[in-house]
Amino acid sequence: MSVITYRQALRDTLRSEMHRDENVLLLGEEIGVFEGSYKITEGLLKEFGERRVRDTPIAEEGFVGAAIGAAMLGLRPVVELMTINFSLIAIDQIINHAAKIYGMFGGQTSVPMVIRTPGGGGQQLGATHSQNIELFYSFIPGLKVLAPSTPAEAAAMLRAAIRDDDPVLFLENLGLYNTKGEVPDEEVVAEIGRAAVTREGTDITLIGYSRMAAVTTRVAERLAEQGISVEVVDLRSLRPLDRETIVESVKRTGCAVIAEDDWLTYGIGAEIAASIQEGAFDYLDAPVRRVAMAEVPMPYAKPLETAAMPSAESITTVIHETLSAVGRRVG
Amino acid sequence: MADTAKPRGTGRTGTRRRTARKEAGPTLNDEQPKVLLDYYRQMLLIRRFEERTAQAYTQARIGGYCHLNLGEEATVVGLMTALQERDYLFTNYREHGYAIGKGIHPRRVMAELYGRSTGVSKGWGGSMHMFDTEARLLGGYGIVGGQLPLAVGAALAVSYRGGDEVVMCQMGDGTTNIGAFHESLNIAALWNLPVVFVVINNYTGMGTTVEKSSAEPELYKRGSSYRMEGVRVDGQDVLAVRDAAADLVERARAEQKPFLLEAMSHRMKGHSVVDPAKYRSAEQAEEAKANDPVAAFEARLTEAGILTDELRQEIADSVKDEVADAADFAENSPHPEVSTLFDYTYATPVPNESSRMPADPVFAEQ
Ligand SMILES: Cc1ncc(C[n+]2csc(CCOP(=O)(O)OP(=O)(O)O)c2C)c(N)n1
Repeated sequence: MSVITYRQALRDTLRSEMHRDENVLLLGEEIGVFEGSYKITEGLLKEFGERRVRDTPIAEEGFVGAAIGAAMLGLRPVVELMTINFSLIAIDQIINHAAKIYGMFGGQTSVPMVIRTPGGGGQQLGATHSQNIELFYSFIPGLKVLAPSTPAEAAAMLRAAIRDDDPVLFLENLGLYNTKGEVPDEEVVAEIGRAAVTREGTDITLIGYSRMAAVTTRVAERLAEQGISVEVVDLRSLRPLDRETIVESVKRTGCAVIAEDDWLTYGIGAEIAASIQEGAFDYLDAPVRRVAMAEVPMPYAKPLETAAMPSAESITTVIHETLSAVGRRVG
Repeated sequence: MADTAKPRGTGRTGTRRRTARKEAGPTLNDEQPKVLLDYYRQMLLIRRFEERTAQAYTQARIGGYCHLNLGEEATVVGLMTALQERDYLFTNYREHGYAIGKGIHPRRVMAELYGRSTGVSKGWGGSMHMFDTEARLLGGYGIVGGQLPLAVGAALAVSYRGGDEVVMCQMGDGTTNIGAFHESLNIAALWNLPVVFVVINNYTGMGTTVEKSSAEPELYKRGSSYRMEGVRVDGQDVLAVRDAAADLVERARAEQKPFLLEAMSHRMKGHSVVDPAKYRSAEQAEEAKANDPVAAFEARLTEAGILTDELRQEIADSVKDEVADAADFAENSPHPEVSTLFDYTYATPVPNESSRMPADPVFAEQ
């Protein structure tokens, strides 16, 4: 067991997978000479050379598509998109091609590839660079979408994604790269499609993923000091979605709040809320509430950005409101 | 006539190293000293403005991504001088100097960087997204290549209405590899639109060199697939840039067709304020320093007896004051009110528009 950053966990996993399997190669902008915009691929060009660590031109549609084609012949490309915002340039290749090829040709060829990309927000990057649009990919049958929130999960899930035979959108987060956590020394391969109860509690279920899973854990810790027992569910996989784990938790607590970094209307939380009402209707003591980004193109100015983003404070407020709706507000 | 076969100005071809400067750039003889001094002042203003920007960034007064025009001053001033006031400009995110050059007051540019409501985009855009209707700066864009189709569309609107404005569309060298570049040049050429695409070749997109990213590294030649004339110019020479750009802008206006201009320039610092540019060799860094266009123009004007010690001091002082004034203005300007958060989601108000803060319930009466 060692304590490392989320960044280091990703890098170590890429490196060990490249050693394990000659078919694994990396493609992306600035991943080689520049060593990655967020330094996830630091040192890998030096270690593996240009054949396996390929700096691409700024041509997302071209190199994502090329990775799909290479995967059709059995390579296992891991593509880095600098941020999820730029995936929009490649969205046709991802949705119309990567997600379709296995089914459209009757299962004759699979597309074993990974697209790694960070979401984010909260760094004054403005309207086009602060979006959390993982929903677009989570909506698509044929894609798998993973969203780890800790270094250990990042390692285990990236390993699983690389070894999986389907296209995986692997969501990272700018706000998580420097966070630290324990990672086991032995190779753990996650099971794709499983959520996790990361903290047990009895009063309310709090659901998040990616950066929000980390925020919800902090909120739960703080509320514990006030005597409120929060159960935290980390979705980890947005597609497939582990509805069982969510609904079982809500059956125990009787109410739920969902925290998400994307926009509310039609967002990831909408699907969770719909699943809860269908699976745990008789157990619900209060409406399911969502805390999400204000529905605007994100402004640059700090006070506006701060107001628009969900935070530990807004989540706490909504938890209090939900518990008071249940009639058992504590603290 | 622009020569499409032979590059003008700096003769750098496929190799990374720059070959000897200036074959035969314009001489100072035909120029008015007053005009030359004005170019010099504008270049120095951009230099000092960007240095101040970097400083304010490290003091956390500016946030987000922040890309500077340091080393590109001659290119910026030459290009902006070539435009008429009525001409439109689209740029990428490296646009502070262009905003100033297009006639926007440095105060409003700095205030935008500080995210204040007095900024060009009211604090909503930041460093990468400046827009000003009056100055006809139709936006700095943060998505590589995003500005190209828009510039083509603006030129379509001009052509559709029979106007005589020209659209200039600035971009970096790395941008010539994205699909939007090729789609845009093709459409502009097919439809005979008055747009001048300008590639600022600072020989790197982030850390990737032109040779490593472009199969045809002589970027001005890329227009030939669309039968579009391309010209390469020495971006270190403000007069050469002005002449080449003015020639293409006026031809676009007169002949109603698009052109491609490549300005060979240098990025003196990292890709953005936070990039230490460690991937550059000492030799490359030295080269960028040795090619400082402000210092070169200053030396040239001094040698010609146009820039006296006294004038140099005077210009330096007034530029210093102007930049300090811009920073003071920004510092003392108000932040946008949180109550304005939902003001710009839609231009046409409609019922049921969401103006919900993160902790607000979906149904208010809940
Ligand atoms: C579609 C897209 N992909 C990637 C990026 C990230 N990015 C921002 S600037 C840049 C390099 C652009 O280089 P160049 O066009 O040469 O312009 P320069 O920065 O040198 O002015 C990259 C890759 C982006 N903004 N948009």
